[in-house]
Amino acid sequence: MAKARRRTDLDLDTKTAGKLTKAMADFEIDDLRVSVEGREILKGVSLAVNKGEVHAVMGPNGSGKSTLSYTLMGHPNYKVTGGHAYFKGKDILTMQPEERAKLGMFLALQYPVVVPGITMSNFLRTAINAKRGYDGKDKSKAINVKEFRQLLGDEMAVLRMDKSFLSRYVNEGFSGGEKKRAEILQMAVLKPEIAILDETDSGLDIDSIKFVSDAVNRMRGPELGVLIITHYTRILKYIKPDYVHVLVNGEFVRSGGSELADWLEAKGYSEWVKEPAKEPAGMEAI
Amino acid sequence: MATVIPRIDVGDNYKEKYGFFDPEKYVFKAKRGLNPDVVKEISWMKNEPEWMTKFRLRSLNVFEKKEMPNWGADLSKVDFQNIFYYLKSTEGQGKTWDDVPADIKNTFDRLGVPQAERKFLAGVAAQYESEVVYHSLHKELASKGVIFLDTDTALREHPDLFKQYFGTVIPPADNKLAALNSAVWSGGSFIYVPKGVKVEIPLQAYFRINAENMGQFERTLIICDEDSFVHYIEGCTAPIYTSNSLHSAVVEIIVKRGARCRYTTVQNWSTNVYNLVTKRAVAYGDATMEWVDGNLGSQITMKYPSIYLMEPGAKGDVLSVAFAGKGQHQDAGGKAVHVAPNTSSNIVSKSISKAGGRTSYRGLVKVYPGAKNSKSFVRCDALLLDEQSRSDTYPTTEVDEEQVRIGHEATVSKVSDEQLFYLQSRGITRAEAETMIVNGFIEPFTKELPIEYAVELNRLIQLEMTGSVG
Repeated sequence: MAKARRRTDLDLDTKTAGKLTKAMADFEIDDLRVSVEGREILKGVSLAVNKGEVHAVMGPNGSGKSTLSYTLMGHPNYKVTGGHAYFKGKDILTMQPEERAKLGMFLALQYPVVVPGITMSNFLRTAINAKRGYDGKDKSKAINVKEFRQLLGDEMAVLRMDKSFLSRYVNEGFSGGEKKRAEILQMAVLKPEIAILDETDSGLDIDSIKFVSDAVNRMRGPELGVLIITHYTRILKYIKPDYVHVLVNGEFVRSGGSELADWLEAKGYSEWVKEPAKEPAGMEAI
Repeated sequence: MATVIPRIDVGDNYKEKYGFFDPEKYVFKAKRGLNPDVVKEISWMKNEPEWMTKFRLRSLNVFEKKEMPNWGADLSKVDFQNIFYYLKSTEGQGKTWDDVPADIKNTFDRLGVPQAERKFLAGVAAQYESEVVYHSLHKELASKGVIFLDTDTALREHPDLFKQYFGTVIPPADNKLAALNSAVWSGGSFIYVPKGVKVEIPLQAYFRINAENMGQFERTLIICDEDSFVHYIEGCTAPIYTSNSLHSAVVEIIVKRGARCRYTTVQNWSTNVYNLVTKRAVAYGDATMEWVDGNLGSQITMKYPSIYLMEPGAKGDVLSVAFAGKGQHQDAGGKAVHVAPNTSSNIVSKSISKAGGRTSYRGLVKVYPGAKNSKSFVRCDALLLDEQSRSDTYPTTEVDEEQVRIGHEATVSKVSDEQLFYLQSRGITRAEAETMIVNGFIEPFTKELPIEYAVELNRLIQLEMTGSVG
């Protein structure tokens, strides 16, 4: 189980800067250390997220943001060398990705993967059924056609997605905006309790970012904790975070409220590295 | 809206479902082995005309002289003297469904031939054992002059038409196994589609071997007269055996001017069957021949559906899928022979190797002098599921004409960690994710199948995949 929590000054102690809330949060990362190909990327990060909260993890390139999201979801390339991550009282770090998903975790990928020959409809249905514990036997656990259609219809309307999208192959030939909207659609139908959005705003045009944010805001509520991983502050204008944490060089260096994002927008990460946080001109239309 | 393939419970009743045996009730059971007397006896049992008896004996002679093909899969374990060459399971032909023996119906029930399909079927030619036992032809088709019979009956009822085409596309001397089939053939389908007639509903046959050490040598002959269309489907599932079994079919197809023929196969022989099949079509002016060929089962398959493009405007497509699991070698591919100008061919081959299984693509594109403006494109995609498995391509291109467009592409890939992670992160187990990726890989093939076959194929892939995981 979780070790006893230290309460510290949030802005000063880099070790525990991410930890803002009470001793046992719904989702807790404790002193997490991760290596990729033998190189330590995360050097002991701790963070606590409760359902109902939106946390933003911000940082410059190479700070370990994506490592954090992949590790939390269980990507095999990321080796945990120390620490824990607890969700619903279980240490998830030894679980398979599908077990984490079934427990209620979700990761919206920065680079969603193409799966040729599998339609979005088939993919979504399989994922929903997997989450419901349908193993091909007990048909009562499987989502029925009507329910499936209704569920998708509602969420796709919010995301302004055309029906034809369902008969396309998973992420194949999708534009940047379509990929990200597809990720959020998956989140909407899988109804996670902890969702990690990894650079969901990258590659989004201004309309897509609005539709995606609307969809996420619609899901916000006491049953959902969100961790937004982002380089830029842009998406945080649409999805207001309750807490902001700054990750630099594999460690949290500062945490605060949403005002920290505004501060970063003005100052960038220049306090720690030579790189602006403000999105360079021309990025919006990617 | 996409077609959603429902998940099907494959559970642990695979053996029950696919590997059962019905009590053998054979009216006639030939002795093992092969000699002129056996061949004569087969012909006598079938009451065949003299020319066929002679054809068989001639073929046997060719068979004995020909060498086994040694350029492909390992056939050294095939023992021709340890095989039954003819079995007949009921005395006569069932004319209506009611006439079909109960245990044979039972077999079809357990095979899961859908009721809906039976209802819509124009005719079911189900080869049970070596001979077709049930055969019905929809009245509407009959009124259009379409002939859809088992090959033995066709020889009796349409002797002239039969003799005109039989053995013209694949002569006995073509190869050793074609000679063997010509000597001992039994059963198979005979289809004749008259000029201008389009058969809207696929004609189907179910094949099944159900006797140990039994060879199955069906012979299929399809004639599409000018401007006609037919889609013929053969689906195979086979019980599990303890000793080797040989399946060596010959399929001859004639597609006349302006006609189109599609021939779809999904074979899932049990993994001790040697599946050595010769399939060839000739396509005349502006005619189209399409082979859709799926190979999942058998120990060894050697099958290269061929199309001879005889006159200008002829088109040929070969779309094939091979799945090789433990101990299996799928040596498959396609051949396109361009004899005339302005002909085109397209060969797409997809193969999956798993648990040490081996797939080979073996293909030939040949363009004769004068076949100007011919186009041919070959694409082979191989998916390897683990380090022990193997995939090779042996493409041969012989072009004796300069004004042609020939293309060849080949890829070999593995199931990527990124794809697996992505699907797993959505709650899908690793095994199921692998199955999905494989089903996606062969989707270009699956989408060409009628829905019930697509479902069946996805289910078979699921069975094959779950066998390995874990």
